[in-house]
Amino acid sequence: MKSHNLTYREALKIAISEAMRHDKRVFLMGEDVGNYGGCYAVSKGLLEEFGTDRVIDTPLSESGFVGAGIGAAIGGMRPIIEVMTVNFSLLALDQIVNNGATLRHMSGNQISVPLVIRMATGAGKQLAAQHSHSLENWYAHVPGIKVLAPATVADARYMLCMALKDPDPVILFEHVMLYNNSAAIPEPEDCPDMHQAMVRKSGTDISLITYGGSLSKTLQAASELETQGISAEVVDLRCLRPLDTHTLFKSVDKTHRVLVIDEGWRTGSLAGEVCALVAEHCFWSLDAPPNRLCSKEVPIPYSQHLERAATPQIEQIVEAALILLNRDVT
Amino acid sequence: MNVDNSKVHMDIAHLQFLFKQMLRIRRFEEKCAELYTQEKIRGFLHLYIGEEAVAVGVMQALKNEDAVFATYREHGHALARGLSMDKVMAEMFGKVTGSSRGRGGSMHIFDVEKRFYGGNAIVAGALPLAVGLALANKIQKKHDVVVCFFGEGAVAEGEFHESLNLAQLWQLPILFVCENNGYAMGTALAISESEQHVFRKAQSYGLRAHSIDGMNVVEVESAATQYCQIIRKGDGPCLLECNTYRFRGHSMFDTQLYRESDEVESWKSKGPIIKLQRWLEANGKLSSAELKLIEDQVADEINQSVAFAESSEVEDVSDLYLGVYAEAGS
Amino acid sequence: MKILTMPSFGADMAVGTIVKWNVKPGDHVSKGDIIASIETMKGLIDMEVFNDGIITALLAGEGDELEIGCPIAELQLKNEEYSNNRPEKIEESVNSQSVEVQPKPKPAVSHEVASNSSVSQNISDEVSRVLTDEKVKSGDSLNTQRPKISPAARNKAEKLGIDWRQLTQGTGPDGAVLLDDINIADKRSASDSVKDPSSMMREAIASTVSRSKRDIPHYYLQLDMVLDNTLTWLNHYNADLPPSKRILSNAVIYSAIARALISFPMFNGFYQDGHYQSSDTVHLGNAISLRQGGLMVVAIHDAQHLGLVELMETIKDQVNRAKNGGLRMSEMQDATVTVSNLGDRGCDTIQSIIFPPQVAIIGIGRQRTVPWVIDNMVTSKTIVSMGLAADHRVSDGHSGARLLNKINKLLQTPERLV
Repeated sequence: MKSHNLTYREALKIAISEAMRHDKRVFLMGEDVGNYGGCYAVSKGLLEEFGTDRVIDTPLSESGFVGAGIGAAIGGMRPIIEVMTVNFSLLALDQIVNNGATLRHMSGNQISVPLVIRMATGAGKQLAAQHSHSLENWYAHVPGIKVLAPATVADARYMLCMALKDPDPVILFEHVMLYNNSAAIPEPEDCPDMHQAMVRKSGTDISLITYGGSLSKTLQAASELETQGISAEVVDLRCLRPLDTHTLFKSVDKTHRVLVIDEGWRTGSLAGEVCALVAEHCFWSLDAPPNRLCSKEVPIPYSQHLERAATPQIEQIVEAALILLNRDVT
Repeated sequence: MNVDNSKVHMDIAHLQFLFKQMLRIRRFEEKCAELYTQEKIRGFLHLYIGEEAVAVGVMQALKNEDAVFATYREHGHALARGLSMDKVMAEMFGKVTGSSRGRGGSMHIFDVEKRFYGGNAIVAGALPLAVGLALANKIQKKHDVVVCFFGEGAVAEGEFHESLNLAQLWQLPILFVCENNGYAMGTALAISESEQHVFRKAQSYGLRAHSIDGMNVVEVESAATQYCQIIRKGDGPCLLECNTYRFRGHSMFDTQLYRESDEVESWKSKGPIIKLQRWLEANGKLSSAELKLIEDQVADEINQSVAFAESSEVEDVSDLYLGVYAEAGS
Repeated sequence: MKILTMPSFGADMAVGTIVKWNVKPGDHVSKGDIIASIETMKGLIDMEVFNDGIITALLAGEGDELEIGCPIAELQLKNEEYSNNRPEKIEESVNSQSVEVQPKPKPAVSHEVASNSSVSQNISDEVSRVLTDEKVKSGDSLNTQRPKISPAARNKAEKLGIDWRQLTQGTGPDGAVLLDDINIADKRSASDSVKDPSSMMREAIASTVSRSKRDIPHYYLQLDMVLDNTLTWLNHYNADLPPSKRILSNAVIYSAIARALISFPMFNGFYQDGHYQSSDTVHLGNAISLRQGGLMVVAIHDAQHLGLVELMETIKDQVNRAKNGGLRMSEMQDATVTVSNLGDRGCDTIQSIIFPPQVAIIGIGRQRTVPWVIDNMVTSKTIVSMGLAADHRVSDGHSGARLLNKINKLLQTPERLV
C-alpha cells in the first residue's frame, strides 16, 4: 500500500513535522499554513498534529510576520517562516535585508538570527508577471544570509533540517514546478551538506551549471546531447550563497566549456556571477567563452506559448551547448 | 483619557534618582553634539534632548529580563537601560570597545546582556522584531515584557499597523511606546496623519492605549508601570503615547526650517529636567550644593567615557568578516 | 585657552560660511549660547559654544567660507581644568595664525557637473532604449588583427612546444584556434621526433609558394647586364677603405633596382582580394637564406631613398640580425617587392617564385666574365643575368622589359647612385 516513492511536497512536509517533533523551539508561521493546509499543500495536516501554537496562520502582513520571525529567532525560537512566494517576499525585503542579514554583524557578533524562510519561486504555471519571478539572485547578493535551492526530492527531505541547524538566516527556494515531482524515498546520504554543489551527471565535454527548477530541463538536455555524441556534465549548485566554487571550478577545468542555465533574467543574474567567477578562475582552461541561458528580458507572460518562449527550454540548452562546442546546430 | 495620577510610591530619593538619570542623558547628548562638530563622532547624530523623561520613566517599570527595542535616537534609552556610558561613547567613536565593536555607531547600539536590541535605523523597522520577541516569550510561557519605542513618524509605515494587529491578535506581552515629538524629521504630524492621536489608532486595533504628558517623568513612570503590570498578567499588549518634544533638530545637520523658534522656546520652558528641578527646589529637596554635586558627578562620568573612547583601539581590519555569519562550531 | 573651529554638522558638510557673529572679543559666553550663524548647503544653522568663558579673539570674519576644522575664534575658558583641552590644537593654531583664510571654492564646478549630466541625458535619450538581451552582439568589441586562440588551446600549445602562430586557421568561430586544432597539430608533428621551428618554417614556405604558383600567372623575362662600369667605379671607391667600409656590388645592384622600380608602380605593391594597390615607396625585400635551412625576406625600407653607404650598412645589419633572430616585425612584413640573389651560390640565372601578395620578384645570378660583342668586335665583359618574374594580372612583358632596361641603364652610371 505504501508507495516506494515520495513527492517533493511530501518530502518537505515530513521534514517540517520531523523538525517540529524533535525540537520544541521549531514552529511554522505564514499565510494559510494552518487551516488551509498550505498554498502548495506542504503543511496539510500539520495544524491537526501540532496545534495553533506551533502552526500559526498569519494575516497578510509579510513585513510584519517575517520581522516577527526574526524577533522570535532572537528570542530563542527556531521559526520556519513560509512566505507564499518570492513575489510577495518583496514586501518583507526590508526585514530580511535590513534586519535579518545585518543584526549579527551590526551588533558586533552579539545577535544570532537562526531563522529559516521558505519561499516558492519560478514560472511555468501561467501565473503571469506578478506571480512568476525568480529572484533568488537578489537574496544571494546579500551577505549575512544563506540561500538554498533544493532541486530534488532528497534535497527537499533533508536540506530543511540542515538549515534549521544553521545559526544564521537561511532562505529555501522551492520552485513551483517541483512540488509534484516524485522519486524513490531518499536516504540521508542522498543529500550532501547543504553548502555543496553536486555533479548530477558526470561528463567531459561541457559543464552545464544550473539550480532549482532548471535542473530537470538541463538533465534532459544532457541526455539529448549524449545522443549526439557529446558528454555533458551537469552540476546542480544547490547552495546559491555561498556558492560551492570548488565543485564549479573543478568541473570547468575538466571540460573547458561552461553554460549556465538560470531562470532569472540575464541582466544581473546569478548566472552572470557564475560566469564571472569562471572567467576569473578558470580562464586558462577555457576553450570557449562562458555562456548563460536565462529568461528573456520581459515580464513573464500569461499565455502558454509566450511563457515558454520567455523561459529557458531544453532545445535552447542543447543549441547553446552545441554552439559552445563548435558543432553544427541541426 | 487621562491616567489617574495614582502616584507610584515615589520617595524623594527616587525623584532625585530620576532627575540625575535625565540630567545624565542631557549632558551626554550635549557632549556628543560638541564631539560631532569636531568630527569625533561621524555619520548621523540624533539627539534625545528634551525627551529624556520618556526613556527614564519607562525604564523604571522594567526588569532585567524584559527586552527593549528603540530607534536611532536611542542613546538616552541605552543609558537609562543600564548600558555603561563608556561602551556607548566608545561605540559613538567607532572603537572596538564600543557596544557593537564600533560597527554600528550612533544608530545601532546593541547590548544583548542588557536585553537592549538597538538602535534601529529603519523607521518602524523594529516593531515586527519586537512583536516576534514577544511571541517567543509567550510561546515559552515567560512573563517578560518587550518594550518597543518609536516616534510618531513610524505610524505612517505599514509595519506599525501590521505589528499592532499581530500583537493584539495573538495577545502578545508587548508595550508599544510612541514618543510623539510632533515631527517626523521635518514633517509635522498635522500634515502627515489624518488621525493625529496615535493612541486612538491603537485603540481601533483593540489595544489598551492612552496618551500622557511625556515631559513629566513621574507620569511616564506611573503609566508605564501600570501597563507593564497588565501585560505581565497576560492581558494583552498596550500602547502608551507620550507627548514630548525634541529641543534640537532631527539630527545635527538640521536647519529646522519647518518649525518656529518660538515653539521651541515654549517647549524648552516646559522641559522634563527643568520641570522636575523646579519642583525639587521648590520643595527644598535639591539645594544648589546638591545640584552642583550631581552636575560634577555627571561631568566626571562623561569626561571619563570620552577619555575611554579616545584611548580605545579601533577594530582590526582583519576582523572585517567576523560576524557576517556565525563562526564554525558556534 | 580653547580654539573654536568651524563645526561639522553632518557627513555631507565640507565647508561653512560665517554669516553672522553674535559675539565680539571680550564678550562673556555661557555654555549653550549661540555665538554665530553658519550658512551650510542645507541652510542656516546656529553654532553653540560648549563652555563658559570669554571670547578673546575672532579668527575669521563674517562672509568667510571655511573648511570644517578651521579655527574661527579663541575662547578663554572660565574653568581651566577643562579636560578635553588639547594642547596640540593650540600649537596648530599658533602656526595657523598667519594662514590665509581659504578662498571660496568655485561653485562653477557643480554647475559644470549639472550641465554635463543634462547633455549626456539628451544624448542617451536620442540613442535607443537600453538594449539588453537579443540586441547584445559580440563583434562590437575591438576587432584586433591578432589571431584568436582560446586560453585552453594556448595553454596546451605552450605545454607541447607548438608555435600556434604558425597555424594558419583554427576551426573555431572567426578562425579561432581551439583545443582540437592543437591536438591535431600535435598529432601531425608527432612523426617528427623533435618539434623544431625549421620544420614549421618549411611548412610555412611550402604553403606560401604553393599558393603563389597556384594563384599568380607568372611571366619571366631576363636581361644580361654589363657590370664593368660598376665594378671599376667600386674598385676606385673602395681603394683606400678598410673592408668594413667598402661597398659591395650587391648594394649597387639593389640601389639601381629600387630606384628603377619607383617609375614602374605595377611591379611594386600588393595584389589582394582581386585588386592591386601599388606602393608609393619601395620596401625592397632581400631574400636571405638561413644557415639552418629556410628563407627569410627582409624589407629594406624606402630603399630608393638610401644612399649606397646606408644601403650597404642596412644589408649587413639585417643579415646579421637574421642570423641571430633579431629582426623586427616590420622588416619581416613590409616588403613590397623581393630580390633573390643566388649569384654567390653559382647560378647563372634564376626564375623565382613571387611571394604573395607581392607582384614581382627579381632574381640575380652570378657575376661572370663572358665574351661580348661591341661594335662588331669581340671583347670580354663581366655580366650578371637579371631575371624578372612578374604577375601577368598586373603587368605585361613590355613594361617588364622596360624595367630591366632601366635597371641596366642605372648600373652603367653607378656614381649617380651614391
